[in-house]
Parts: sequence; C-alpha cells; structure tokens
Amino acid sequence: MSGVRVLVGTRKGAFVLTSDGKRQRWDVSGPHFAGWEIYHLKGSAADSNRLYASQSSGWFGQLIQRSCDGGKTWEPAGNKFTYDGVPGTHQWYDGTQHPWEFKRVWHMEPSLTDPDTIYAGVEDAALFRSTDGAQTWQELPGLRAAKGNLWQPGAGGMCLHTIVLDPTDPKRMFVAISAAGAFRTDDGGATWRPVNSGLKSKYELPDPKAEVGHCVHRIAMHRSRPDVLFMQKHWDVMRSDDAGDSWHEVSGNLPTDFGFVIDVHAHEPETIYVVPIKSDSEHYPLDGKLQVYRSRTGGNEWEALTKGLPQSDCYVNVLRDAMAVDSLDSCGVYFGTTGGQVYASADAGDSWAPIVRDLPAVLSVEVQTLP
Amino acid sequence: MIRVVLPAHLRTLARVGEEVKLEVSGPATQRSVLDALEAGYPVLRGTIRDHDTLRRRPFVRFFACEQDLSHEPPDARLPDAVATGAEPYLVVGAMAGG
Repeated sequence: MSGVRVLVGTRKGAFVLTSDGKRQRWDVSGPHFAGWEIYHLKGSAADSNRLYASQSSGWFGQLIQRSCDGGKTWEPAGNKFTYDGVPGTHQWYDGTQHPWEFKRVWHMEPSLTDPDTIYAGVEDAALFRSTDGAQTWQELPGLRAAKGNLWQPGAGGMCLHTIVLDPTDPKRMFVAISAAGAFRTDDGGATWRPVNSGLKSKYELPDPKAEVGHCVHRIAMHRSRPDVLFMQKHWDVMRSDDAGDSWHEVSGNLPTDFGFVIDVHAHEPETIYVVPIKSDSEHYPLDGKLQVYRSRTGGNEWEALTKGLPQSDCYVNVLRDAMAVDSLDSCGVYFGTTGGQVYASADAGDSWAPIVRDLPAVLSVEVQTLP
Repeated sequence: MIRVVLPAHLRTLARVGEEVKLEVSGPATQRSVLDALEAGYPVLRGTIRDHDTLRRRPFVRFFACEQDLSHEPPDARLPDAVATGAEPYLVVGAMAGG
C-alpha cells in the first residue's frame, strides 16, 4: 500500500513523519540533528530514499546532511559555499551598499531526474548547484548578474527561498528572493532575468516599474502546466499564465492577502491554497482563527477551510516553506506552524487534524508520496 | 599529545567524546591544533573557522589555562601546559541565547 513521508524542518531539529495511504496513524521520528536549525529538507523525485537537509547554527555555521535510506541514517556532505569571483555588494536595509556574505542555506531543491544533482538557495541570495550528491557546490553566478546590486534583504534576511524546476524543460527554472523578486532562466542557469512585471509593492518600492526589489514570499507550480505560476507576495496573491512574463492579482475575496505559503492541488491545477496572515507587522492569523483558504478557480474566489483547525486564540505563523501536498488519489495537504503543530488533511483541505502538536517552531514541510 | 575539548553540538557532529586527543607536528599553535583537528575530523571544517579565511567564527571562542586566546594570533605558541597535554584547549560556543 502506498504511503507518505512528511519531512519537517524546525528551529531545533528535523522530524520525519510517516503514514500509510490512509494518513490516519503517524510514526514520528526525530529529532534528527537535535538543537540545530533545519531550514529545509527535501527528498529526490528520482530516488525517494535520497534526502537532503540544510542544518545550520548561528554558532557553527552551515552543514549539509544527506540520507540514502529515507531518513533513517544521515551523513554529512559538503558545506563549502563560496561565491563565484568577487561577490560585490547589494543594497542594505538603509539603501547603502553592503558586502555579499554567506549565512545559510534556506532551500534545497533536488533535480527531478538525477538524485546526485541538487540546487541550494542561500542567504545572502545566490543559487548553488551540486552534481555529486552535495559533496561540492558551485554557484550559478549569472543570477546575481540580474541587477544583484539592487537586491535588498527582507525582514528575514536576503534569502533565496524558492526554487521551482520546470518538469517539461530541464533548462528552465524559477527562483524567488526576498526582497528582490522572481527570476527565470531558460538556459539551465547560465543567464537569468527578473520576471516581476505586474507586481506592485507601493510601500517598499515607490517606482511601479521597478524590475527588482519585490518581496516575493513563495511561488508554486502544477507540474502539468509549467507556464502557470502562483505567487504569495508580501502582500497580494498573484498569478502568471506566461511563465512569469506578466503577473496579475488574484487575491479576490481573501480577508487579507498577506501571507507566506502557497501551493497547488496535486491533481487539480486550478485548485490552490494559501494561509492568510493578518499583516506584515502582525504575523498571525486574523482574529486568532487559523484558516486555510482554497480557490478552485485559480484565484479570486476563495473559501475558508476551518474544520479541525483552531478557531480561537491561535497566534501562530505559517512560514514560506511550510506547506506541501502529496499526490495520493485524494490529495493530502500539509502545513506546519511556528507553534510546532503539523496539520494534515487527507481530503484536499476539507478537514484537518494535527499529526503532531508540540514540535519546535516549524520552518519547513515537504511531502514524499511513497510507492 | 594535545587535548581539545569541543562544545556539545560539535562533539555530536564529529561523533567524539568530551575530549579529542591530537598529535600535532611542529610547534603547538592555535592554527596547527585546529588544522590537526579538522584533518582528523573533516566534518568540523567550516564550523569553527571560516572555510576560506580560516578566521574564527564570530560566536566561537578559544580558551586555555584560564586565558582567553580568542584574539591571539593564530601562529602564536600555545601555553606549554597545552602543548604537553597537561591542560586542554577549549573550543567554546559563545553565550548568546538560543
């Protein structure tokens, strides 16, 4: 019988949650790398037993861990991330220029076809690639050539947090950076261009035509339609139907369009999910009610999903990498909170239940659908 | 033989106990001790010193013989008591919340 494996990164370690296809009973393994921040861990689509984890600490820096047995055991991999050439400067919070400095890996994106190839999105924002199973890393410097001197850090730092691979074109991928925006390559990462036309950030970017500087929080794609992208921006939920060349707002009737996560149903490309957060200065749900919003129309028309979620006194956040879906027949949806809960829905969001309630603050959630 | 005491997280990472015993060729300096440590336990590369500059990471400090050696030149000789193994060389995570 098929099953799922949920990979959870937290402020104090990683956890692996497994269940059969019913998704009712869960086995919880962890903490792995206890006491370390695990910004993200993710499995290879080409080999479900191959997992990669970003392990970091303010004291001891960055480590990369690799598992070849589905998370039962781990081995340290390469942790040397050196920017290509002289990295130069980017904008600092006050508009002055500031040297590029490596801080941590935010997101790990394994190749769709090769378990030894993996991309890492880092802070200060850059994209690295390994083709030897994370032993060595090389920067793709063409990304920072896309007006990198104008990029600036968001509140969480200047991080490359989203990497989306086009399943139909191995040369095309998308990344998103806070606060620089979305970028696309069509030549395997050699050259990049900003794809932010239509984004509006009137408080952060007075210039409505600014090519870079937008605080994109997350981008999601359905693998059957790689030209259609959905974005949760700092404010605004956006949609592109032309691979990022242009964006339009689909916030519609959302009670607030600030938030971090966005994801797409595994089998319904027009069904998308967000978790509205009150505002950029109050990072928790409106009125203490944790609600996932679902649109079955690709945006604009949204419904609140509340069954099984706390509807009073809930003041957690759901961070940008902390939502994922499985691909079982009845699509499962998962998200983690800064309060340490991981919620799962086995019916596409109609009802929810916590898998675990008391983990450290959840930084990321990924799901593997197992054969 | 030189004794090195690591902080808890690095002990776990390197899969060692409280103390690591190292043979250091040539004069015992902070650089030679850390070089030997990283040669014996490659997983520690980048966790105590920067990969490229080999500078001490900002939240790491070095102590020995009740002295703070964090700001001493890396090629200065360590106290005889450390060089002979009578006293350990301490790698310490600076106190900073967590």
